[in-house]
Amino acid sequence: MAITSIKTGSSFTNLQKYDSFLAGNTAFSPSSYESISTVTVGSGGSSSIDFTSIPSTYTHLQIRCIMKMSSTIQDVGNLYIQLNGDTAANYSAHRVYGNGTSVSAQGLENMSQFYWSQSMPSAYSGYASMFGAAVIDILDYANTNKYKTGRALIGQDTNSSSDSQIKLASANWRSTSAVTSIKIFTSPDFAQYSQFALYGIK
Amino acid sequence: MPSTYEKIATNTLGSDTANVTFSSISGSYTDLVLTVAKLTATASSPYLCFQFNSDTGTNYSSTVLEGSGSSASSIRWTSETQIYTGYNVASATTSDGMVITNFQNYSNATTYKTSLTRTAILNGSFPGTGAIVGLWRSTSAITSIKVFQNSGNLNSGCVFTLYGIKAF
Repeated sequence: MAITSIKTGSSFTNLQKYDSFLAGNTAFSPSSYESISTVTVGSGGSSSIDFTSIPSTYTHLQIRCIMKMSSTIQDVGNLYIQLNGDTAANYSAHRVYGNGTSVSAQGLENMSQFYWSQSMPSAYSGYASMFGAAVIDILDYANTNKYKTGRALIGQDTNSSSDSQIKLASANWRSTSAVTSIKIFTSPDFAQYSQFALYGIK
Repeated sequence: MPSTYEKIATNTLGSDTANVTFSSISGSYTDLVLTVAKLTATASSPYLCFQFNSDTGTNYSSTVLEGSGSSASSIRWTSETQIYTGYNVASATTSDGMVITNFQNYSNATTYKTSLTRTAILNGSFPGTGAIVGLWRSTSAITSIKVFQNSGNLNSGCVFTLYGIKAF
């Protein structure tokens, strides 16, 4: 039977148009890397970014972002992540980092969130338009047989020896629950134009 | 669902070359990812470098973290004419280097452009791994990326691939 009409209110968002499904055309292959949700901070800033109702259909999650802390003093902001609303001391994190002069390392245990310090420039006038960047992986996030491990590549450069830093970081959440929500935050707030994109990898 | 992670272009060098340039880059993605495989060079101690949109001004800076297997160090460049990435990547023609660089939010016209790079060289005179953050002080969308060594040529056989990632 031929399709002759479409009901009012049908959803046509994020559709992929294919000219033909006739034999000989390239077969459609579902993507292994999918965009789940994206948040861009508006004027006035945001105290946190929340990804909720994350489906368990992927194998890994990846967060890609640019970020800036809203304070106007010359400073760098810390990056925090909590999973599934867990605010108890069930997290640990480590980092090895360089500031252009020396190499250091830090380990933090029994924290109430992933804690990666000095991860983004502030809204200080001398750091105008400068944002930190990060690629964060949460591996095997839906597996209910293991604790959850995160790893990150995080950096900001301020064209000076002040507050520039590149780091390799890891983190652990001591819970076997599947990750269903991610809260990303800093103090005081994320500045406008910070953007966080969540992807699922199958 | 539309493809989120797409290959934009690839270039395998058929001869020693001074630079590789990806141009007319679409602004329709959110991030770009550049991978460099089989990286070798004619110079003895090169750094892999990037320039954007033909900007040769001193609008670039980099902070590097690197480890050689026996020691770790951090260096930086301020107000340079290019982003420096892999320290001594591919310092010998038989030591393949690998580089992967993320250009975050490359197409917005509001922020300066920050890149994150991981490097590795497997053997040779300077084996090791590195992580680099680079800054291009321009709010322009990145429409071209020039990849080159700060000295010498890129060798035949190097493979450069550019990917686009689109957030919905």
